[in-house]
Amino acid sequence: MRIAAPVVACVLTLIFGSLFFASLGHDPLPTLYAFFVEPLSSLNGLSEWLLKASPLILIACGLAVGFRANVWNIGAEGQFTMGAIAASGVGLFWPNPESALLLPLMLLAGMAAGMAWAAIPAFLRSRMNTNEILVTLMMTYIATLFLSYLVHGPWRDPAGFNYPQTALLPAAAMFQSFDPAYRLNPSIFITAVAVLLMWLFTDRSFLGYKMSVSGAAPLAARYAGFRESAAVWIGLLAGGAAAGIAGMAEAAGPLGQLSPQISPGYGFAAIIVAFIGRLNAFGIVLSGLLMSLLFLGGEGVQMTLALPSALTRIFQGILLFFLLAADFFIFYRIRLVRPAKDAHALETAR
Amino acid sequence: MHPRLELRNISKRYPGVLANDDVSLAIQPGEIHAVLGENGAGKSTLMKIIYGAAQADSGEIYCDGNLITAHNPAMSRALGIEMVYQHFALFESVSVVENIALSASSAFNLPSLAEKIRELSLRYGMPIDPYRQVHDLSVGERQRVEIVRCLLQAPKLLILDEPTSVLTPQAVAKLFDTLRQLAAEGCSIVYISHKLDEVQELCDTATVLRNGKVTGIARPKETTSLELARMMVGSKLPEMHVSPAAPSEKPVLEVRKLSAKARDHFGVDLSDVSFNVHGGEIVGLAGVSGNGQAELIALLSGERRHAQADAIKIDGISAATLRPDERRQLGLAFVPEERLGRGAVPSHTLWENAVLTAHRFGTVRKGLVDRRRAAAFAANIIDRFKVKANGPGATAQSLSGGNLQKFIVGREIALAPKLLLVSQPTWGVDVGASAFIRQTIIDLSRAGTAVFIVSEELDELFEICDRLLVICQGRVSPPLVRTSTDREEIGLLMTGRTMGKDQMGSSSVALQD
Ligand SMILES: Nc1ncnc2c1ncn2[C@@H]1O[C@H](COP(=O)(O)OP(=O)(O)OP(=O)(O)O)[C@@H](O)[C@H]1O
Ligand SMILES: [Mg+2]
Repeated sequence: MRIAAPVVACVLTLIFGSLFFASLGHDPLPTLYAFFVEPLSSLNGLSEWLLKASPLILIACGLAVGFRANVWNIGAEGQFTMGAIAASGVGLFWPNPESALLLPLMLLAGMAAGMAWAAIPAFLRSRMNTNEILVTLMMTYIATLFLSYLVHGPWRDPAGFNYPQTALLPAAAMFQSFDPAYRLNPSIFITAVAVLLMWLFTDRSFLGYKMSVSGAAPLAARYAGFRESAAVWIGLLAGGAAAGIAGMAEAAGPLGQLSPQISPGYGFAAIIVAFIGRLNAFGIVLSGLLMSLLFLGGEGVQMTLALPSALTRIFQGILLFFLLAADFFIFYRIRLVRPAKDAHALETAR
Repeated sequence: MHPRLELRNISKRYPGVLANDDVSLAIQPGEIHAVLGENGAGKSTLMKIIYGAAQADSGEIYCDGNLITAHNPAMSRALGIEMVYQHFALFESVSVVENIALSASSAFNLPSLAEKIRELSLRYGMPIDPYRQVHDLSVGERQRVEIVRCLLQAPKLLILDEPTSVLTPQAVAKLFDTLRQLAAEGCSIVYISHKLDEVQELCDTATVLRNGKVTGIARPKETTSLELARMMVGSKLPEMHVSPAAPSEKPVLEVRKLSAKARDHFGVDLSDVSFNVHGGEIVGLAGVSGNGQAELIALLSGERRHAQADAIKIDGISAATLRPDERRQLGLAFVPEERLGRGAVPSHTLWENAVLTAHRFGTVRKGLVDRRRAAAFAANIIDRFKVKANGPGATAQSLSGGNLQKFIVGREIALAPKLLLVSQPTWGVDVGASAFIRQTIIDLSRAGTAVFIVSEELDELFEICDRLLVICQGRVSPPLVRTSTDREEIGLLMTGRTMGKDQMGSSSVALQD
C-alpha cells in the first residue's frame, strides 16, 4: 500500500500532464516524449540526469532522517546555500590554491555551514519550543539574501564586468568531471555513500530506531526515556549536513563559482523527493531520479517547444498533490453518510 | 416477535487467524447478553462487525428482523445501536462535550449538551466535567466519557466491550443499576467482560467463544464461575500460590515528602507523599481513578521529573531528577496503563516493541539493533505468556487488547527488574491469563523484586499485595497490612473519609515490622 501510492501518483501526474499539454495546444504524446524520454536519449542527457539527481537524493536522505521523527526541516534550501558559500569561501581564499587538501576542506566547510545553519532552529526548538517549520523556512531567506550580498559586494569578481558572481574557483577546488565532454563528476559517490549511511541509520541503528519511535508514538518515546531533544538535534543536523555537502558539490562541480542562482530549488524539491521515496533510502534514489527528470524535461521542452519554465514547478506540485491525495485515499475511506431519516425509512419499510 | 439482533453464520478472517468462525447468536429486546471468551477469542471483532466498524467476510446481521446491508457505524447509530469500544475512540484534542457532540446525529447546542452530560454523569455515578480536554483524562475517566456518550443517545441496543475494566466498584454498581433499568425499558445489551462475577450478577444469557467459534451458551445466574471459566478456557484454571513475603532490610523504592503541582488545573496536586517499597514485597495503591495516580506514576517512572532529587530514591540512589532510561539502569521496569501508544508503538512490530525497553538486554549491539535477538526475545515472551499473535513480526495494533497487555507485562518482567511499577496489570486480560500474570508477579517479588501496583480492582490488590496504600485527592494514606485490613476500611479511605487517629496509627505501626 505504501508503495502503491507513489505509483498511482505518478500515473495520475502523467494523465494530468497530457491534459495540460493538450490545453496549451500541444499534442500530448510527442510532448510527453520530449519531456520524459528525449532528455535521456543522449549520453550528455544521462550525465545531466545523474548530475541533477545527485543533490536531490543527497538532501532528501538527510531530510528523511528528521521527517521520520516528525522533525520538519523545510529549510534545506538555506542550508544548501550556506554550504555553497562556506565551501566557495575556502576555495577562493585558501592561501595555497593548489593544495590537494582544498577539496576535502571545502567538503568539511560546506557540511559544517549547513549544520550550523540547521543548529539554530534545533536550538530554538529544543530550548524554547519554537516551531522548526517556520524557523528553518525563515533562515532560508536570510541565507539567500546573505549570498546575494556577498556576490554583489565583498566577494564580487573584480574582473567580472560587474556581474554579481565570484571569481572562478581554482582547479584544485573543483571536482574534475569523468569526461571533459560531460559535467558528471565524482561527487555522485558522496551521494552513494550517503544513501548507504541513511539506510544503515534508519533501518539498522539503535539511534534510528529511537528516532522512529519518537515519530510514531511520542508518548512511547518518553516512556522509554528517549530524549525528544536528541531527535530534534539529530534530525535537523542530518538534514543540514546533507544539504551543506550538496551545496558544496554544486559550487565545486557544475557551477565553479557563486552567483545568486546557485540552486534551481533543490532544497525544496528534495522535500518532495523524500516523501515520494517514502522516507526510505532506496525509495529516495528512485524518486530523486524521477524528480531530476522533471527538471531536465522542463528545461528541454522550454527550449524545443517554447513552453514556459514554470512547467517543472507545476509538475512537482501536481506530483506532490497526487501523492498526498493517494495517501489520503489509501489510509482513509470516504463514506457518504446517509442522513438518519433514510435509515429509519429503510427500517420501517420492511 | 423478532429478536432485537440476530447474527447468522458470521465469519471474519485476519491475516493468520480466523477471528470469527461461523458465529450465530440472537438477542431479544430487553435481554442482557454476555459474550465471554479468552483473549483473542474474537469478541471485539464480533462487536465491531455488529456495529459496522468492521465488515464480516460472510454472514448476515438482522436488526428487528430486517437484514442490514452495507453496514457502517452511522447506520448503526441511526438504528439505535451504540458501542463502547475496548480501545476508546475519542478525539484527544477536544473537550468531552465536543467529543460527544461529534457523535450525535442530531443538531446540538453545546452549553445545554454540557449541562445534560454533567447531570446524567452524576446520576449514573460517573462524574465528568464536560469541558475537560480528553487528552488530560486518565483511562478510567475516558471510560466514563464513552459510557455516558452512549447512554445519552437512549439506545435500543447497547454494546459494551469491557466497560468496567477501569471503573471503581461503586461506579460499577451504579452502572449495573442503570443497565438493568435500560433493559427493563426494552433496550438490549451486549456485555463483554473478563470479570465473571459481574457477568453472573448482571447477565441473563452468555455466549462463549473460543478461537472464534461459539462453544457454548449458558445462563450465568445458574452456572458457577468455575464452570464458566472452564467453558472459556477449555481446561482447569491455575491455582494461585502466595507464599509469605520476606521483605529486604533496605527499601528499594523510597518516596519522601513528594509534592508536585498538577500539570494543568484539572490534574491533581500531590501533597507530601511518603512510602517505601522493600525488595520481596508487593505494595498496592488503591484509589478512584483521577486522584493523582497518573501524576504519581509519571513521577516514579521518570516520564515527569522532579526538582528535588532525593524525593524519590531507587535502590538508595536519588532518582527524582533522572530520565526514565537512567532509572531503568537502576533496575526499574514499568507497565503503564495505556498500552497502545505509550507501552507500545502501535504501528511497530512486536520485536521492535521489544527493543523499546529491552535494548540493554542484548537486542542492541554496537549501536545496531540485532534483529535476530530482538525477535528471539519477543518470541520468548509470546511463548511464555501465551500471547496470541502472528509471531514477532505482527504489529502491536493487530493484537487483541488482552494479548498486547500480556506482551507488555511479559516484556517488563523479562527485564528481571529490581523494582517493578505496574499500572492496571490485568486490565482486559482473561481469567486464565490474569491468574498467570498475578502468579508471575508474586514469583518475581518472592525472588527479591520490589513491586508497586496501581489498580482500581480491589479484589486484585487483596489477592496479591502484602501492603496497601490508598490515594485520595493527591494524598496517600499510611500503609495498611493486607491481612489486618478489609475492603470496608480501604473503601472509606478511597472516598476520603478518614478514620479515628489511633486506628491509623496502629495500622501504620503494624507494618513497620
Ligand atoms: N486489525 C487486525 N489485524 C490483524 N489481526 C487482528 C486484527 N484485529 C484482531 N485481530 C486478531 O483477531 C483475533 C481476535 O481479536 P479480538 O480483538 O476480537 O479478540 P478479543 O476476544 O476481543 O480479545 P481480548 O479479550 O483480548 O480483547 C486475535 O487473534 C487478533 O490478533
Ligand atoms: Mg477485545
